[in-house]
Amino acid sequence: MRIFFRALSVFVAVSAAVTALSAQAPAAGQAQGYRAPRTADGRPNLNGIWQAINEANWDLQPHAANFGRVVALGAEDAMPPGIGWVEGGEIPYLPAAAAKKKENYEKRLTLDPEIKCYLPGVPRAMYMPFPFQIVQSKDVTMMIFEYAGAVRTINMGKPTEAPADSWMGWSNGHWEGETLVIDTTGFNDQSWFDRVGDFHSDELHVVERITAASPDRLNYEATIEDKNVFSRPWKISMPLYRRVDRNMQLMEFKCVEFVEELIYGHLRKPGTQPPPH
Amino acid sequence: MNHRFRTSIRLLTIVFAVVLPMTAALAGQAPFSSAKASATAKKWTAKTSDGQPDLQGYWTNSTYTPLQRPNGVTKEFYNREEVVQIEKQAAEREEAQTEPGTIADVHYDFTQFSLDRGQSAHVTQLRTSMIIDPPDGRIPPATPDGLKRQADRAAERKRMGATTDAVENMPVGTRCIVMAGSGPPMMPTGYNGNYQIVQAPGYVMILTEMIHDVRIIPLDGRPQLPPNVRQWIGSSRGRWEGDTLVVETSNFNGKNPFQNASEAMRVIERFTRLDVDTIDYRFTIEDEKTWARPWTASLPLRKTVGPIFEHACSEGNYSVRNTLAGARAEEKRAAEAASKKGLK
Repeated sequence: MRIFFRALSVFVAVSAAVTALSAQAPAAGQAQGYRAPRTADGRPNLNGIWQAINEANWDLQPHAANFGRVVALGAEDAMPPGIGWVEGGEIPYLPAAAAKKKENYEKRLTLDPEIKCYLPGVPRAMYMPFPFQIVQSKDVTMMIFEYAGAVRTINMGKPTEAPADSWMGWSNGHWEGETLVIDTTGFNDQSWFDRVGDFHSDELHVVERITAASPDRLNYEATIEDKNVFSRPWKISMPLYRRVDRNMQLMEFKCVEFVEELIYGHLRKPGTQPPPH
Repeated sequence: MNHRFRTSIRLLTIVFAVVLPMTAALAGQAPFSSAKASATAKKWTAKTSDGQPDLQGYWTNSTYTPLQRPNGVTKEFYNREEVVQIEKQAAEREEAQTEPGTIADVHYDFTQFSLDRGQSAHVTQLRTSMIIDPPDGRIPPATPDGLKRQADRAAERKRMGATTDAVENMPVGTRCIVMAGSGPPMMPTGYNGNYQIVQAPGYVMILTEMIHDVRIIPLDGRPQLPPNVRQWIGSSRGRWEGDTLVVETSNFNGKNPFQNASEAMRVIERFTRLDVDTIDYRFTIEDEKTWARPWTASLPLRKTVGPIFEHACSEGNYSVRNTLAGARAEEKRAAEAASKKGLK
């Protein structure tokens, strides 16, 4: 009997330690105890319109406020300060990649794909300053982004392999308890992570973990791996908030039209003018 | 080859190995979709897990059936032999575009990768036109306002100059803003006529392959966007009437007019799942500024195989860049030739 109790107390102590450890493990905090409402299929219900409320799209790493890129835009284009969302503070670039990032930064006004309205890639789509909507069914989880009308189709069935490279990548998802885990590969090397030139190659591999922390908040984490660019995998984490605005809906931001003059203006027939708008 | 094809091809190469045999199988079972055929089929009763009639999956509306009844045709339905003949001829016309050495061959090789409708999953029906009302299968005559708008738009296009002068003069599809047929209403676009429907509580989402246009249609009876807010694909509100999804769309910006409609156009679409392979899709166009009466068209959606691959259109739009650059180079060459001539 005593042996049994001792064994039990050891078991309890070990379980408590394991619980404590696993509670510490996720950087964003796993929202202990919160259990999301369920869909009819019994999965955590992540349906809704969500948005990151932070400055990660300006620069993922901790940064002070800074001058903008376009003099005429004054304070509107000045870089807002950001507390940083990279675990450990710094993105672990390989030496050659660090030089490339610096070059990207210097040429950001012409090289940032966001300026040309190109698809945002992953994880950038998740923290663009635009809302996105999750439409969740048994077989697929759709993410539809207001910015550029970007779309992610997350296959919830048997994992499939990317047939070719794309901007938004090829996503396979599965549930680990309360958490939606998304494994994405098949990226091209064209998208950036933010406006200061943080970048990746077509070897990018992103594993995201999305967990409801309260009815109106998701914890979002992404582990980023790319052997061509980074010396080790690194992780970002941030909350995503539900857009609770009355009658909230995604609206249209077809920005292609807004960048035509920027991209093709130099090719217009001399003497012609862009139409007034 | 057009850049947009190239992105599509990635999808098609993976998908059509599966689609082709499947299409053949489908064709063997039920080659002709029509209201009559569907009446005899087993009624589709499957629901999504939250109780909506289940419209989910991948669908195509690719077809040879024209919107309007062709001149000289007076009947509502062809017989099967006629349809087979018409499709055969149409497929031959598409193949003829790939004659080696022609410009069309370089630009549009329809027979490669099943881009021509004849090779891919498509909707075959006996109807002579999609339009079912008015009964003559034709768009009703335009009102005086409608005719004037058409003339004004033509004059404005002329005033703007050649399509090769500036990007704004080009068709919106070439510019990768929105494809002319992507809708609503959802019209066949010649290729990539594929859609994905996903349902979640309170919403139906329709992804159009072309330019990854998405409609997320709320079903909660909320008010429409304010009238001053206008969008390329409008704004949609939906509701279930029995097993039929009814979607009303308005708030168009009028820059991609469907059949010369005004920006006041309203589209009422009806989706009814008939059987495992078919959604009965019909739409009614209401626009008093253009037509004195509403008109209605019907075109089934046929089940196809996914997934839909990313249609990154603008990101690879070499077509606009090369067309404009080519036109400027030609002008420069012509100017140089003229000045040389002047010097002589």
